[in-house]
Amino acid sequence: MIFGIPIQALFGQLLVGLINGSFYAMLSLGLAIIFGMLRIINFAHGAQYMLGAFAGYMLLAYAGIGYWPALILAPILVGLTGIVIERLALSRLYNLDHLYGLLFTFGLALVLEGVFRYYYGVSGQAYSPPPLLAGGTNLGFMFLPNYRAWVVVASLIICLGTWLLIEKTKLGAYLRAATENPSLVQAFGVNVPLLLTLTYGIGCGLAGLAGIMAAPVYQVSPLMGSNLIIVVFAVVVVGGMGSILGAIITGYVLGLAEGLTKVFYPEASSIVIFVIMAIVLLLRPAGLFGKDA
Amino acid sequence: MRILALASAALLAATVIPAAAQDKISDGKVKIGILNDQSGVYADFGGKWSFEAAKMAVEDFGGEVLGAPIEVITADHQNKPDIAANIARQWYDTEQVDSIMELTTSSVALAVQGISKEKKKIDIVTGAATTELTGEQCSPYGFHWAYDTHALAVGTGGALVEQGGDTWFFLTADYAFGYSLEEETSKFVKSKGGEVVGAVRHPLATTDYSSFLLQAQSSGAKVIGLANAGLDTSNSIKQAAEFGIVQGGQRLAALLFTLAEVHGLGLESAQGLTLTEGFYWDRDDESREFSKRFFERTNRMPNMIQAGTYSAVLQYLKAIDAAGTDETEAVAEKLHSMPVDDVFAKNGKVGPNGRMIYDMYLMEVKSPDESKEPWDYYNVLATISGDEAYIKPADSGWARGGPGRWSASSR
Repeated sequence: MIFGIPIQALFGQLLVGLINGSFYAMLSLGLAIIFGMLRIINFAHGAQYMLGAFAGYMLLAYAGIGYWPALILAPILVGLTGIVIERLALSRLYNLDHLYGLLFTFGLALVLEGVFRYYYGVSGQAYSPPPLLAGGTNLGFMFLPNYRAWVVVASLIICLGTWLLIEKTKLGAYLRAATENPSLVQAFGVNVPLLLTLTYGIGCGLAGLAGIMAAPVYQVSPLMGSNLIIVVFAVVVVGGMGSILGAIITGYVLGLAEGLTKVFYPEASSIVIFVIMAIVLLLRPAGLFGKDA
Repeated sequence: MRILALASAALLAATVIPAAAQDKISDGKVKIGILNDQSGVYADFGGKWSFEAAKMAVEDFGGEVLGAPIEVITADHQNKPDIAANIARQWYDTEQVDSIMELTTSSVALAVQGISKEKKKIDIVTGAATTELTGEQCSPYGFHWAYDTHALAVGTGGALVEQGGDTWFFLTADYAFGYSLEEETSKFVKSKGGEVVGAVRHPLATTDYSSFLLQAQSSGAKVIGLANAGLDTSNSIKQAAEFGIVQGGQRLAALLFTLAEVHGLGLESAQGLTLTEGFYWDRDDESREFSKRFFERTNRMPNMIQAGTYSAVLQYLKAIDAAGTDETEAVAEKLHSMPVDDVFAKNGKVGPNGRMIYDMYLMEVKSPDESKEPWDYYNVLATISGDEAYIKPADSGWARGGPGRWSASSR
């Protein structure tokens, strides 16, 4: 027993926190990449996460394409829409104040949500987990749905993979260099605008991937993104804007913190992340992993 | 010249007839405002579909009453009482609205009912749940159609206790509506000899319920009462299925869940749920005919909020017709005294507190195999008589609501 909670129940809650942390990590990862490379505060991230879930639902409902192919297709579709958005609009905003990018993406999120709300309503659509991952395993201290176990594993792989891609590969090196000094990198013959377009596409694709992974867990609803996006922004701020590793680690840690709050004082579970954010900003204004600290 | 004469005669006729109506109908027309959530968590619960239902009622009534045209307008209150209050004042003060209806979300309904009472206008609530509307905070011109927290507690709560679900654990939305629903249901469960073993309060619009569900699971209660609504309930149910709660022998009681949410959740996750509604489209020929017409306009079958709004608008127009005027006192008197008999309510009666009392239905959601056609979702388990489902007006607290109360004998 710890503070009146049986230790087994506590383990269960920690595991649940870890699962939520996986979603926070995946979403904040995309946001951190986009901000780190493009200096755009992508408020449309929640809407793109929603798009990923809807892409999965629509592929199934209209084309009969199941979960596994959708897991590849949905992020690609969302990534492609991201590329179009970047080419048509965002690329014109890089030289302006950050606020313009923020306002544009925020407006975009409202439009996307509005369109889906008009056609699909708010109560959401059903999306079942794939048969392979249906059911659950009794761990003794809790009943762990197989699908959730898969989410934790998959998100760890995705986060690690993305981090490696950016920190350890040549493409990643170009990307980082292009952020530091775009004109110099362009002088070396690297197509910087293309790199930025790809980065935004990848960031959006990550949101779409999180969306399709969330579809079997949450209702596929136009509101699903806006319910989550504020929390994810808090995660990115705590981790340090633009810090990829920071976003990943903070995502998991805050998921755990939220999980614990749900046991000890559930009413506060929706604000605990913001309380942590306020404290971190007071003590380390650049965030836990921010470079300027 | 002849044409001119004809035209002026026609013009004269056109001005004379409305003048006759004008004596009875203020501003020469009857204007009804449908105020509800059209973009938030309750947008499917009533939403723009309620507006459609209201327009249907006007068309079915013939488009005019006592020779005056009828107009329906609508607005989105975004579940915010302050926004709703502003719209309501604007409607009453500058747009000649005679009556405001629907009013999903309890906090909004209470605010607008307060304003309507002050402005001496009629309001008919279909979308909000709180019994306060016809209790301590009732209005001589305020009416409550469709359902309330007491009816839900009696219906769903009572049925499950009778089936042996005598220990309860609540998952409660952390605001007034959730508390009220939990309290009403607890009271009823205890009165039937049941026991409440615990409750957990979750913030509104939480996305992940697994933590709360695990607590409910480990409580060992036979029934997990979901005292929340809309998307919150859908997500709770979907995730409860994931954690094997129903397979583990515990039952879920969705205390406020309608056809719209069942449709969103899908039968795969919703099957076996017990719930209470005041209307089901597949009840009889009359309801099927009405619902089919509704479906043609909206591509969805109506739930009790939407059908209830239809009934409320229709009854309001009938009351104006019977009173021979749209003057508030006279119409309110007719609304209190006339029986409600339409596609929505059979032999409904309105109590002195404004509560429309009619029979409710206890439903069970069908399994995907049982469902033969789209929207074929419910088995009707039982009919709960209105007198059982609703608080007796005498016990509702309306009579001891303080100053400004009207005497029971005058109505």
